[in-house]
Amino acid sequence: MNDMTPTPEERAANLKGMGCARKRVEDVRFTQGRGNYVDDIKLDGMLFGDFVRSPYAHARVVSINAEEAMKVPGVVAVITAADLEPLGLHWMPTLAGDKQMVLADGKVLFQGQEVAFVVAEDRYAAADAVELVEVEYEELPVIVDPFEALKSDVVLREDTVDENGKATDGAHGPRNHPNHIFTWEQGDEAATDAVMAEAEVVAEETMYYHRTHPCPLETCGSVASMDKVTGKLTLWGTFQAPHAIRTVVSLISGIEEHNIRVISPDIGGGFGNKVGAYSGYVCSVVASIVTGRPVKWVEDRMENLMTTAFARDYWMSGKISATKEGKITGLHCHVTADHGGFDACADPTKFPAGFMNICTGSYDIPTAYLAVDGVYTNKAPGGVSYRCSFRVTEAVYFIERMIEVLAIKLNMDAAELRRINFIKKEQFPYQSALGWEYDSGDYHTAWDKAMEAVDYQGLRAEQAQRIEDFKAGKTRSLMGIGLTFFTEIVGAGPVKNCDILGLGMFDSCEIRIHPTGSAIARLGTISQGQGHATTFAQILATEIGLPADSITIEEGDTDTAPYGLGTYGSRSTPVAGAATAMAGRKIRAKAQMIAAYLLEVHDDDVEFDVDRFVVKGAPERFKTMKEIAFAAYNQAIPGIEPGLEAVSYYDPPNMTYPFGAYVCVMDIDVDTGVPEIRRFYALDDCGTRINPMIIEGQIHGGLTEALAVALGQEIAYDEMGNVKTGTLMDFFLPTSWEVPNYETDYTVTPSPHHPIGAKGVGESPHVGGVPCFSNAVHDAFRAFGLTQTNMPHDHWRIWKTANELGLHG
Amino acid sequence: MIPAGFEYHRPSDIAGAVSILQEHGDEARVIAGGHSLIPMMKLRMADMGHLIDLQDIDALKGIEIGSDVVTIGAMVTQHELITHEGLSNAVPLIKEAALLIADPQVRYMGTVGGNVANGDPGNDMPGLMQCLNAHFELSGPDGGRTVAAREFYEAAYFTARDDEEILTRISIPVPAGGTGYAYEKQKRKIGDYATAAAAVMIGGGTASVAMTNLADTPIWSEEAGAALAAGDVDGCVSAMMGAIDPVADNRGPIEFKKHVAAVILRRAIARAQSRAS
Repeated sequence: MNDMTPTPEERAANLKGMGCARKRVEDVRFTQGRGNYVDDIKLDGMLFGDFVRSPYAHARVVSINAEEAMKVPGVVAVITAADLEPLGLHWMPTLAGDKQMVLADGKVLFQGQEVAFVVAEDRYAAADAVELVEVEYEELPVIVDPFEALKSDVVLREDTVDENGKATDGAHGPRNHPNHIFTWEQGDEAATDAVMAEAEVVAEETMYYHRTHPCPLETCGSVASMDKVTGKLTLWGTFQAPHAIRTVVSLISGIEEHNIRVISPDIGGGFGNKVGAYSGYVCSVVASIVTGRPVKWVEDRMENLMTTAFARDYWMSGKISATKEGKITGLHCHVTADHGGFDACADPTKFPAGFMNICTGSYDIPTAYLAVDGVYTNKAPGGVSYRCSFRVTEAVYFIERMIEVLAIKLNMDAAELRRINFIKKEQFPYQSALGWEYDSGDYHTAWDKAMEAVDYQGLRAEQAQRIEDFKAGKTRSLMGIGLTFFTEIVGAGPVKNCDILGLGMFDSCEIRIHPTGSAIARLGTISQGQGHATTFAQILATEIGLPADSITIEEGDTDTAPYGLGTYGSRSTPVAGAATAMAGRKIRAKAQMIAAYLLEVHDDDVEFDVDRFVVKGAPERFKTMKEIAFAAYNQAIPGIEPGLEAVSYYDPPNMTYPFGAYVCVMDIDVDTGVPEIRRFYALDDCGTRINPMIIEGQIHGGLTEALAVALGQEIAYDEMGNVKTGTLMDFFLPTSWEVPNYETDYTVTPSPHHPIGAKGVGESPHVGGVPCFSNAVHDAFRAFGLTQTNMPHDHWRIWKTANELGLHG
Repeated sequence: MIPAGFEYHRPSDIAGAVSILQEHGDEARVIAGGHSLIPMMKLRMADMGHLIDLQDIDALKGIEIGSDVVTIGAMVTQHELITHEGLSNAVPLIKEAALLIADPQVRYMGTVGGNVANGDPGNDMPGLMQCLNAHFELSGPDGGRTVAAREFYEAAYFTARDDEEILTRISIPVPAGGTGYAYEKQKRKIGDYATAAAAVMIGGGTASVAMTNLADTPIWSEEAGAALAAGDVDGCVSAMMGAIDPVADNRGPIEFKKHVAAVILRRAIARAQSRAS
């Protein structure tokens, strides 16, 4: 007899659940031009807003005259801080506990700062009028160096000093200078100093992690529509956290939260740039309230690069101590953090330097101390997590450079130095010296796999030969082998210590199963390209036994989705993904009771089997989830409410700690400074793998942004505070031409506390990639005496390194 | 990135375009591929009342391959330069250089005429045309005239072209058989202007060398060419290094650019020599 009954494996494959390389369902729309982004929104009577921006980095605003601008046909209004002040909206709170001018209130603190908002019938009229707004400025001394800011008599922020000019306390405690924002300390300073004093070997280094920018393909924008009849405000925008934005809008505008609907439509990349609140959002709302018409604001590329949230800008000084054999005994780190004119970092409230205290990395370092000083300067505000959890790229860069520096000091192989200091598998959960509990890891297995995959010893032999050839004048090319082992900390986070503006960093999922066995699930997160509609359906498919293709995922509309803190810091899978699994399990629990009723057995006598409940010991007696779904709507089941829905709000017990081992092989043209990436191997352990294809895509994207940051991407200022890299001609955004072939690999160490063991992966390649590319550059010159040279490693800086080492003859 | 208002004109012949130029003087500009002009307009660094689109003028199109001379219409795109088989055979250096300009999407729109006429020191074609000893045909109210590429560039964005003239065609002598050639360019990424670029031709007892983006005009040096023709590579490099005058920018300081310029030039010479027969 030909048995046509599908096997459990065939039924599982049909679901396209976890582990399936399911094609992204979003791409059908995106590849056919059917996406719906903020700038695609067109409403009847819609007006357009555009900013008058400061050409100066520091100046007093003496006067603003909009008379000529108002004469441009189509101009409706020119809004200044004076107009916003009666509403209390001329300043707004930042996510970091500071406040920020919405429009210049008497002075400007960075080039490009918003001075006035022109509202007009079309974009052209608005742009013409912007040119005609006459602003009189009185230039003030400009400070672009945070060290100078801490010594200067120039008070950048007059609102942060008392009548005697003394710094008042800030959101994170006492401040020691008017231009100082906070000091944040972790670990044991005295114990660390003692370890350093007694250590056999101490390596010291100072490094600058330059300022850069997330530069998403779609810039920031919003459309506000105030319905004066219903009193309801609808706000579309490029928001990575729509629910938090709704709460913030309510708090600062006084509009009750139920009268605000925030919608994040399709978002063309965020990378941290779209977490915070911008003047454009506030001004579009105010303009819509004032005019009674919808108002759109969309920034251009230069505005995005010059004024919306930057990333990094950390001056890091480190000391690392070890035994002569290379066993690390202590780590000391001090950071001077340049925050620009306002502290607009997007970090959990209690973490003004984010999770910089993950800077002990993947190593068993018993004693450590970290201090971070935040500083105001005349640069754009921000300090967001660019494709990383809060300040984790900075932390990983710091420790992965310090390991290399220590290896040089010890005259040791950097791979071996890492190996002998890794936290061992049996030490997990591991309590770090700076306060984290690493949930799981198997670093040695991953490292050994990586070293074998790239034939590490063979590479070193080839490099030795190259050095010999170079010294003999046979080649002008050097070879660098970049190593990195990173541990991330993502999935913020437990409500007990993670909040933003007092909002706990849980996340949520609500599921409705339809009578015919399909479903819709809504989450508190919002995809910006991560593929949530694909992967969250896969989690549910496995959890509830309905095909992923029959499950719609919806996010971003605060009127329909459950409250959540949004998508950044690789938190969607660790937090909302967990909520999804937990909500799915609630569905399954009810389905089990329905199945038992239908099968006329006790609840405990049925068990879940891929896409059905079967009677234990009698698998031929079963009810599929599809049948159960229908029964939920058409059967009167004693003791069970009709319908099949569930909601889960998930407060994670801990962060998750993805890790990985990366190797970069680079050839460097000593005479031109041009690096050529010959090979890049990336092993990632993100725990349970939901969709291998999406993981692969995320790793390629993150590595490419890492390449950008390491090799050229920066927001550079001149001494007058002018942005030198305000267009894509100078701001390095790699294309397919600059990107090498990536080899990806993996190990799987599931998170023990996450319902499905997943850890998050979107940011790992960026976090691990930056130090790997940078270490490759450093390694190429190690034999010639280089210890440290700062990023970005563009042609000129690499050439300069070679030149300073005397390699140009 | 919103340009100021302008009148759009689309004449169908050169005379029509010239008469609009005459009518509006420096209020008018011609637009070819637009890849230099449109960004400048969006930045409001270029603001003109009248924009004259040349794309309907057939006389500005087409590539003609003669036995001694090739002529290229000003509206020929970089993409056409790359894919034109006859041109690749006659003057292979053009294809080699065009492949290093911008990216494929820009090359579908960007034109050779716009590239040479704009006078942007970052553009690759001006130096290339000087190396090839090209001549530019100009049409104006008083008829036509021809200016050598080597005499066309005066300063950044200033050329021998009068405001009321249009650059219509480029004529290039076909190099003798066996001429070695090379175009070498260092850039930060695809689409970038050169940190340093060099065009080199060697053959038949002569040589020609030009460099790009190392001064406010392209640099062609008779002395460098003569030295190279005599087999004196060091003399050639030394002459060029004396002629260039780079400025510091985001690509790096002067010292770096000069060093890289010499390296790039030597590589171009070596490749050209290896191709010469």
